[in-house]
Amino acid sequence: MRHENNTCPVCGLACDDIVLDVGEGDVEVLNACWMGRSKYMKYFKGERLMKPVVGGVETSWMNAISEAARVLSDARKPLVYLGTEISTEAMYEGIQLAEYLRGYLDSCTTICHGPTVQALQEKGMPSATLGEVRNRADYVVFWGCNPVESHPRLLSKHALYPEGKYRAGRGERTVAVVDPRRTLTADQADLFVQVEPNSDYELLTAIEMVIDGYPLKCDVAGVKVDDIKEMARGMKEAKYCAVFVGLGLASSRGKNRNMEKAMHLVRKLNKYTRAVLLANRGHSNVAGFNELCTWLTGYPYAVDYSRGFPRYNPGVTSAIDLLHRREVDAMLVVASDPGAHFPGDVVEYLADIPLVTVEVSHTPTTYLSDIVLPGVYDSIESGGTFYRMDGVPISLRQTMKPPFDYSTSTKDTLRQLMGEVLRK
Amino acid sequence: MKNLLLKNGFLYDPLNNILGEREDLCIVDGLISEGISGELREIDCRGMVLMPSGVDIHTHFAGSAVNKARMMRPESFRGKKTPVPTTRETGSKYSVMGYTHLNEPAVAPLNALHMHHEFNHTPNVDKTSLLLVGNNHQIMEYISEGEEEKTSAWLAYMISKTKTYGLKAVNPGGYIAWERGGEIESIDDLIPEYGITPKQVIEALVRARGELKLPHPVHLHLNNIGKPGSWEAARETLSLNLEIHVTHLQFSCYGGETWRDMDSRAADLAKEINRRDGVTVDMGQIVFGDTTTLTADSGFEHYLGELTHGRWCNMDIENEAGGGVVPYNYRRKNHVNAIQWACGLELALLVENPWQISLSTDHPNAGSFMDYPKIIAWLMDRKYRGQELGRCHKSAREKTTLESLDRELSLGEIAVLTRAGPAKRLGLNKSLAVGARADIAVYNLNPGESRGEVIEKAFRQAEYTIKNGVIVSRRGETRSVGGDTLYVKPALNKDLRGDIRQRFRYYSINEANYGVGLEHINRPREVKT
Repeated sequence: MRHENNTCPVCGLACDDIVLDVGEGDVEVLNACWMGRSKYMKYFKGERLMKPVVGGVETSWMNAISEAARVLSDARKPLVYLGTEISTEAMYEGIQLAEYLRGYLDSCTTICHGPTVQALQEKGMPSATLGEVRNRADYVVFWGCNPVESHPRLLSKHALYPEGKYRAGRGERTVAVVDPRRTLTADQADLFVQVEPNSDYELLTAIEMVIDGYPLKCDVAGVKVDDIKEMARGMKEAKYCAVFVGLGLASSRGKNRNMEKAMHLVRKLNKYTRAVLLANRGHSNVAGFNELCTWLTGYPYAVDYSRGFPRYNPGVTSAIDLLHRREVDAMLVVASDPGAHFPGDVVEYLADIPLVTVEVSHTPTTYLSDIVLPGVYDSIESGGTFYRMDGVPISLRQTMKPPFDYSTSTKDTLRQLMGEVLRK
Repeated sequence: MKNLLLKNGFLYDPLNNILGEREDLCIVDGLISEGISGELREIDCRGMVLMPSGVDIHTHFAGSAVNKARMMRPESFRGKKTPVPTTRETGSKYSVMGYTHLNEPAVAPLNALHMHHEFNHTPNVDKTSLLLVGNNHQIMEYISEGEEEKTSAWLAYMISKTKTYGLKAVNPGGYIAWERGGEIESIDDLIPEYGITPKQVIEALVRARGELKLPHPVHLHLNNIGKPGSWEAARETLSLNLEIHVTHLQFSCYGGETWRDMDSRAADLAKEINRRDGVTVDMGQIVFGDTTTLTADSGFEHYLGELTHGRWCNMDIENEAGGGVVPYNYRRKNHVNAIQWACGLELALLVENPWQISLSTDHPNAGSFMDYPKIIAWLMDRKYRGQELGRCHKSAREKTTLESLDRELSLGEIAVLTRAGPAKRLGLNKSLAVGARADIAVYNLNPGESRGEVIEKAFRQAEYTIKNGVIVSRRGETRSVGGDTLYVKPALNKDLRGDIRQRFRYYSINEANYGVGLEHINRPREVKT
């Protein structure tokens, strides 16, 4: 059976035009990128977690939920850690749980573009939706990101190739790529600027100097002075300049300061022309967590509910820092894999504390977990909402049913867990 | 739900011309009724004032720009008074002040789902929302081609899709100019690309509103607001003699050509309003202190950001609208801020018919909604307002007429400004008549009270706030109940499929996923048009 207009639950683009042909035990994905396709394929071909596990032994769903609720209620300082490929509605339940437990709340948004949000708090972010970039942008910069591999359809669907209202396509756009490596995205560029690692701040400052009309006489950050001038001129003379920033800026030396500088540069450009900055965010609903957490608590991530009201202090109340200081005595992980991505000593500590995981298939985290609850693929098996990386909310469609009957969605799982916690 | 009997209170119900009569009020099953029997709770309201609960006609409390304002200022959540509180706090603080209906006046269609999510998490208040259409490219195209019928049909399509309540135009054409780095200063300037004027846009929207029979008239944020000389555009727009609601008019009251020679032209604008019955306005009153400004007039936010050298967020939303966020501090000793403060009060005192002006701070742009009690006190007590005037920069006395104004609004007039008037303009039935929904605020206030401090204190904390017959707030203690989301579903009178297909070539999302399904709204209530 053919299903149209599905939303892809992988990267921050959350493409909402996916066409699926679902047959008996098989699916044909007609237009997703290789990342999206592999996720849909995983649904059928992958190793799906089907039975709840407690202490390494398969058990009943009710037993596992009850045990998970006991572990979380018994903890003094539990940490609720939410993944960002789940629906906003599911995240809401997770936040309610953290508040009720007077625990900590965090998600993987902290680890990727956390510094970008911090820069936004310092500087403000002139931004736009992806359609605006497609309609208007005539100068596109990819800085510290490699969308050809991380957001495969960004170039073809939004930023570079498609025809927009005022731009005919690739021919009417100039592209600059700033990266220490020659990436696949750099191969598409009109101007490739190979910056020395950890020198983005210097390069941003140099470009700003040129835009402001100061003389620049030497190479900066390993980049030839002519390239800097060309890029500055291109950005300033463009009618609408779109700068896509990635983790190359947010996670290299300088972190949020790099981002602040990038935002400052884009802001400055608005004195002369129109310019916007977009963060290439990793997961389909990573912006959703920031938005939801902000309207519920006032803070975008790393929220501490231990005093009964939300407090926020990234670096102190963020997940890795809490675990590193061993302040957490139980953890709930929903659709995320800290076991594979957190620092070594933190992962060692994860093995020591009671760990409850909701996950669709086995990951390093599930092997560390005391309790594993089989998860549901939101946006394939349940509805809800994703917030795309530019903050546009997209309503999801359910195309298939979960292969088990104990939960209909991640939201349902967390709601059942909350119900059990309330009974404890 | 227990039935309620509110005894011995002074009733204020301007819609039914009841001003301070002492009567008992019976509430049965969430409605005001004639008599009462069975199990009930008696509440003694001796020496208290009973009014329909408050209605805020213009408050930015939910949506993507509002949330950006929260996200940008985590430091603001540490203090007692947050310029843009969280959803839960917004709902409960409004109900503490006796308000139970909020109108979110600016949502871009593409982000309507975000707003509805926040609505679901805002307790104790009913909500309506207005769709940003004054810079919509499709609408501009239709207007420039003279397609009146299609304009209405497209508006109906968007309103039905997004489950909103009415039309809002922010600086018509101004955002389209700003997308290219330009600006619009008067209603006769040409909008780039389309070759039409803001005047034509406003006229077309007013016509469409009539055709679609929307309950609220076109909600208009004027061109060129917030700058010296802005009153010209306001005067020109008012003289079009259309049925409109002009919002936060205070920001358009400024004469002069530069910030230095700026003065107040509120008196002239009030005269224009007094001559026209079809126009209503809201104040947009300044309250001194720190706040966060946010508006769909993104060109102005850029200007303000450069003026303050502070933080600036901008959002360009494809085909539809823009938005910007800038923190701002209104200071008493600042010549411009002092004039701005006086302008709002001048308007409220000089507009003769209270039904034509509503109380607002354009929350959070000119100040927080939590300061409404202060504004009420300034309007009701001349001495109290004089004290504040005395603390302001001398321009507030020299460049405005505020010092010469003796008028003090009565409690009945305040009831119009804060509830009956805005409710009527939004097409809601807010009264204390038998059969009306029991949305009631009880204030511990003697009707004869004239001291500003006492009035402010009483309005800051309602003794009881009752919503649908349930007590949601009692002396600052709130309980959380859901509120309805009101929306209209105007009839589609034309087949737009071809145009929709064409337009969605320039959208980044599919037409099939555009809009808001009812499954995303917790308590939807359709209002028949």
